[in-house]
Amino acid sequence: MTDLSLADFQPLEPGQEIHGISRPSQSYWQDAWARLKVNKRALVSLYLVIGLLLFTIAGPWVWTVDPAQQDLDQVSRPPGADRNALIVADYAPWQTEGLSFGEGLKVVGDPTTQAVKLKWDAIPGANGHRIYRNIFPIGPERSYGIPRAEFFDNRVVTFEDRLDLKALTYYYVLVPLGPRGELLDNYEVIEVDVHRVTTIVEAVDRGLIEESANLQIGDEINLDWHPFGTDYLGRDLLARLMAGARVSLFIGIGAPFLFVLFGVFYGSIAGFVGGRVDQVMMRFADFVVALPFLLFMILFKISFGIGPGESGVFPMLVALVVLMWPATSRLVRGQILQIREQGYIHASQLLGAPTRYLILRHMIPNTLGVVLVTITFAIPSAIFTEAFLSFIGMGVAPPTPSWGSMSNEGIKTMLTTPHELIFPALFISITVLAFNLLGDGLRDALDARMRNQE
Amino acid sequence: MTRSNMWIFILKRLVQGIFTVWFIATATFFAMHNVPGDPLLNDRATTEAIRANLQAKYGLDKPVTTQYVIYLGNLVRGDLGISFTQENREVNDIIRDHFPVSAILGILAVIFAAAGGVLWGALTAIYRNRWPDYVIMFLVILGISVPSFVVAAISQLLLVNVNDLFGTTVLPVAGWGTVLHMLVPAMVLGLGTMAYLTRLMRSSMLEIVSSDFVRTAKAKGVPPARIFAKHQLRNAILPVITVLGPSIAAITTGGFVVELVFAIPGLGRYFVQAVQQLDYTVIMGTTVFYGAFLVFMVIVVDVLYGFIDPRVRME
Repeated sequence: MTDLSLADFQPLEPGQEIHGISRPSQSYWQDAWARLKVNKRALVSLYLVIGLLLFTIAGPWVWTVDPAQQDLDQVSRPPGADRNALIVADYAPWQTEGLSFGEGLKVVGDPTTQAVKLKWDAIPGANGHRIYRNIFPIGPERSYGIPRAEFFDNRVVTFEDRLDLKALTYYYVLVPLGPRGELLDNYEVIEVDVHRVTTIVEAVDRGLIEESANLQIGDEINLDWHPFGTDYLGRDLLARLMAGARVSLFIGIGAPFLFVLFGVFYGSIAGFVGGRVDQVMMRFADFVVALPFLLFMILFKISFGIGPGESGVFPMLVALVVLMWPATSRLVRGQILQIREQGYIHASQLLGAPTRYLILRHMIPNTLGVVLVTITFAIPSAIFTEAFLSFIGMGVAPPTPSWGSMSNEGIKTMLTTPHELIFPALFISITVLAFNLLGDGLRDALDARMRNQE
Repeated sequence: MTRSNMWIFILKRLVQGIFTVWFIATATFFAMHNVPGDPLLNDRATTEAIRANLQAKYGLDKPVTTQYVIYLGNLVRGDLGISFTQENREVNDIIRDHFPVSAILGILAVIFAAAGGVLWGALTAIYRNRWPDYVIMFLVILGISVPSFVVAAISQLLLVNVNDLFGTTVLPVAGWGTVLHMLVPAMVLGLGTMAYLTRLMRSSMLEIVSSDFVRTAKAKGVPPARIFAKHQLRNAILPVITVLGPSIAAITTGGFVVELVFAIPGLGRYFVQAVQQLDYTVIMGTTVFYGAFLVFMVIVVDVLYGFIDPRVRME
């Protein structure tokens, strides 16, 4: 309340303006924006959504790595791992003469990704040895790992491993064999830290250094940088996340826009025409709602005849539109029915407004708020559907990346390299969360009647 | 509502349901008819006699309309056909063997989701803007935004670690058979729905908490526990029951991720397998069966709602 004084009660001069609007008038959208701005959660979500769109659209220009490019030297690399490689001489066969024995299982020289050289002492009476390699300690259940070599000759006491070595910690197990080739109990185990090395020829070959670069043996070079690590085929995870975002968000945003558009069209016709037509149209919508959603998503996919190796993005989009429009149409129909009975529509009609004007000027703009909220809430469910179907192998097919198919690939190596699952799952979760919270905020801001009691 | 009105309503809904199932069957038929290729020309060598028999049974050499009539006739008689890939197995047998597994899992998940949703939702409304509200709502947001396959994988990982910690199998990690096998998969399956129901229950409860009759009850000196149970909970639960029908649908068809991850021999897993092998009869039979089941469940929930809330006006 403003304080009133006697000065406020002066008689008016003739011709003086009595009423006046003291504040600038605000349109519906300005008002909604003002309300959205004070809602912190919705605003943060809006920034997140904008950030995601930037990541998707502008990302590939900033980070120009090819998502299909394989870096076989860095397969399943966690992010932030060190990426130096020592330059060594070209591989030369191992000369085993002159080795001294008597210390059990030992590594000879420096264990590198080029070769790991092992020597051991023969156990008298054994019939030979088998060598295993594992990336985990043996543990009580004695999981030795993969067998690397078997010698039915007790005189062989050296082994050189060159198979697919990574810069990891390996556990080599040496198990003596009994007379019939059975495994004996007195195994030996050694922990080996393998260093990453490369040769000059190899580095030039893979484009890591220029041919003219003056490098000597013993120098260190940098391998390709993968800020989010790589997947099981050595593909850059950041580039794949960006490519996957294009697929996931294309389906996640494209499908809701299309089916909401169709739903608005269908619902406004049903609501405006009314009567028999309305009844028949809505009964049909009820039928479509009753279709078991995920089963029909899969059914449509095979109905389109998507063979193995095809991405299947387009059929998924169509299937989503075909199955998801009825909810919007029902909502819009209800809105139209409500608006049709409002006083201002009658007033407009009495003033001679044609039907076309009524629909375009009054009906559609007044349903727009509800429609916008519907789209925002439909996006997370479309993204979930895509991820879900791709996860069970019924959606986007490899090699096309999508967040769902990346999660599907990542879940297989969840124990050893969790980042391959964590990143795509995180992107799905953040996107779904952002759109959900933004939807809450928009609903509160746009429609006073739908406002929940937060 | 009088008793005869109720019966008329149930009858009406059943007739509607039959039409809906017919629509589902028709959509399934034409979707499958559109699949490119000849179902009888797959990798398995079929003899001329088998092909001729199948052609005669399904009328495959006749126009689509005739095939459709034959299909509907078989469906009415309850004959869903014989699996194309599993020898000597009728689709009816497959459904009979594997649907109970999915159904038990689904029912447990629905119970878990509904009970959890009502409880957590009521708690958040009562402790509004205090720490239980914040904690539960944070978990709800997690439950809504983390995909179910990630939750399934993480919970499996946790189970492994728990079993390791105790040195014995506290809860089995995968498989099916005992009640212990069902607990974790049912929780994972019901989690998303529970989160959704919690939100719904919270907003409905908040509306009730500030309503006149609650204030009157308080003024009369009714003990808080009684207000909570008799006045608030019973009224706030109604919207939750309305969405229970669609929730059952979402849970039962959403079951196949959980069935895949936890290696549960349910119908969802069979459906995915049938799609991969393009087993026409199994795909069609399962889809129509699921559709009919869902339609039936929605009718049951509608009727239940009519019993619980006498205010509901039925057309």
